Amino acid sequence: MNEALEILFTASFWVAAIRIASPLIFATMGELICERAGVLNLGIEGIMVAGAFTGWFTVYMGGDLWTGVLVAALTGAMFGLLHGFLTVPLGLSQHVTGIGITLLASSLTYFTYRILLPEVSSPPKIEPFQPFAVPVLSDIPVLGPTLFNQTPLTYLAYFTVAAVAFVFYRTPVGVAVRAVGENPSAVEAQGISVTAVRIGAVMVGSALMAIGGAFLTMSAFNSFFFEMINGRGWIAIALVVFGSWRPGKALIGAILFAAFDAYQVRLQQITGGVIPYQIFLMMPFVLSIVALVVVARRATYPKALMIPYQKGER
Amino acid sequence: MRLEPRPASSVAASILWPAGAILATVVFSSLLVMIAGASPLTVFWLVLKGAAGSQFAALETLTRATPLIFTGLAVAVAFRAKLWNIGAEAQLYLGAVMTVVIGTGAVTLPSAGLIPLIMIAAMLTGALALLGPAVLKTKFGVDEVVTTLLLNFIVLLFVSMLLEGPLKDPTGLGWPQSKRVIADAQLPRLIKGKRLHFGFILAIISAIVVWVIMKKTTLGYEMRAVGHNAEAARFAGIPVNRVIVKTALLSGGLAALAGFSEVAGLKGNLTLDLSPGYGYTGIVVAMLAMLNPLGVIAAAIFVAGIFVGADAMSRSANVPSYIAEVMVATSLLTMVAAIMLMRYRVRWR
Repeated sequence: MNEALEILFTASFWVAAIRIASPLIFATMGELICERAGVLNLGIEGIMVAGAFTGWFTVYMGGDLWTGVLVAALTGAMFGLLHGFLTVPLGLSQHVTGIGITLLASSLTYFTYRILLPEVSSPPKIEPFQPFAVPVLSDIPVLGPTLFNQTPLTYLAYFTVAAVAFVFYRTPVGVAVRAVGENPSAVEAQGISVTAVRIGAVMVGSALMAIGGAFLTMSAFNSFFFEMINGRGWIAIALVVFGSWRPGKALIGAILFAAFDAYQVRLQQITGGVIPYQIFLMMPFVLSIVALVVVARRATYPKALMIPYQKGER
Repeated sequence: MRLEPRPASSVAASILWPAGAILATVVFSSLLVMIAGASPLTVFWLVLKGAAGSQFAALETLTRATPLIFTGLAVAVAFRAKLWNIGAEAQLYLGAVMTVVIGTGAVTLPSAGLIPLIMIAAMLTGALALLGPAVLKTKFGVDEVVTTLLLNFIVLLFVSMLLEGPLKDPTGLGWPQSKRVIADAQLPRLIKGKRLHFGFILAIISAIVVWVIMKKTTLGYEMRAVGHNAEAARFAGIPVNRVIVKTALLSGGLAALAGFSEVAGLKGNLTLDLSPGYGYTGIVVAMLAMLNPLGVIAAAIFVAGIFVGADAMSRSANVPSYIAEVMVATSLLTMVAAIMLMRYRVRWR
């Protein structure tokens, strides 16, 4: 039992937790932006697959790492544009369209992978992002080595949360994005196009999701596997609800979740096969459902979430 | 731009938009085929030949369509009541688990008793799997999309655990697979020596039964009312939550039959690759059928044809069989757009 508790006091555990949290932070912020603008984006899982592939492939073809991140973001934004076009001006079911985007993005990725790398049996590797100790900050006892001895993409994840929070609550753009998710006709009355704001938000959100996918192939690991996203997109959707659609709370949710995930892996090693390993692998998904139930009663959805907007209608 | 409901249904629009959707899908996949370095005409011809060009091909398409009819029906029923069941994959696997639990020798009965018993048990298991998310939705307001999606992962891990534990075939050379179901639990083949089995007939019967439920019963009426406008339905005195729970039971049960039919009719045992995403593809099938239970049969055969045809094609032409998934996903998106444009017209300004 003591052994199980000691895990929590090792630095390597918390370093791993932050690493596991990073792709979730990108994905959760991406979904949060979409939903705050009133658009549920179930394309997330597929967009993460696509971003994981295009980012990695850019680097494999000789691009530098940041170009890879940019390509991943653009890939995500393109799928976001498609999702936005279908759900905002056309007003198609956000559920069905999102599932369609996930199926399309992942199948297109697998198709492209097979065409570009027809003969490989084991996926080729790239030189991924390396951990970089931030001067001064990484010397802070306890927190320093955990938070500030990560790869640059993790720092980009922190920055994303701060940027989303700042834009949302301190800039006119943020006000407009939040308003189209709450009261779109009031926005239209200000002479701002609801369609444009929503599509823009979905594109930015989808770009972040794709960077979340790319984190896995370019920072956490160094190659692309099928099935490597493995439900992380769906977990991000649960984390948005858990975080009550607020960037700060969602960040805490992502870190708690990742800590739990890192913990179960280590617990699995201690228990040494007495409990079937599948039980441990199930825990993150079970935890997500439990978290949803706990917060569901006091969840305050963006009022216009999943409601298509038609100009001139009330 | 804005959308305006068409005052009367337009014949031209209901032909042109779906035709446009098919055209768009064909053009997009042709581009991909050309990128892969093959000729679209050759590839489509090979897909068609592989799907329907011989008795073997046609029977293979119907065999592949069988689970898709069940999962397509499960989704169609649920979506009609706006219960977003994305968990048909999980319900399918649980139906398969129950088939193996009862059908591998635990119960010995003649075929005429054993098969209905297994079917009922499988349906109940699948129904229970969706009852959870349905109750969480009605009692706590938890979004069922996320819970059913997450349950897919939980159930697959659960099945993996069973196949390495209590359900593991001791003679399976260490592979995670179950024992084979006994002869009395097997569905007969429709044609001797071919793979098409009685599950296909059960799927057709299910589609008819579901059609009758949807069109001719109070439950069907209530499901449509809840799906159309839950608030208005509640105001009209329809017990909305109870209807949602009943819908969930029906939907989960139908999806479970896909697992039952794959094990008892085709594979004989349960493995972790029993379903290559039939639960998710069921969503495409249901949408292509515009949620009509009888339309599900045609849509399932169409989608199965693409998969079977693409498999055959990729063996002779150098185009990855993933083109089938791309075509199916593209047709889903273009078709839902076409259906919308059949009913509404676009006004610029």
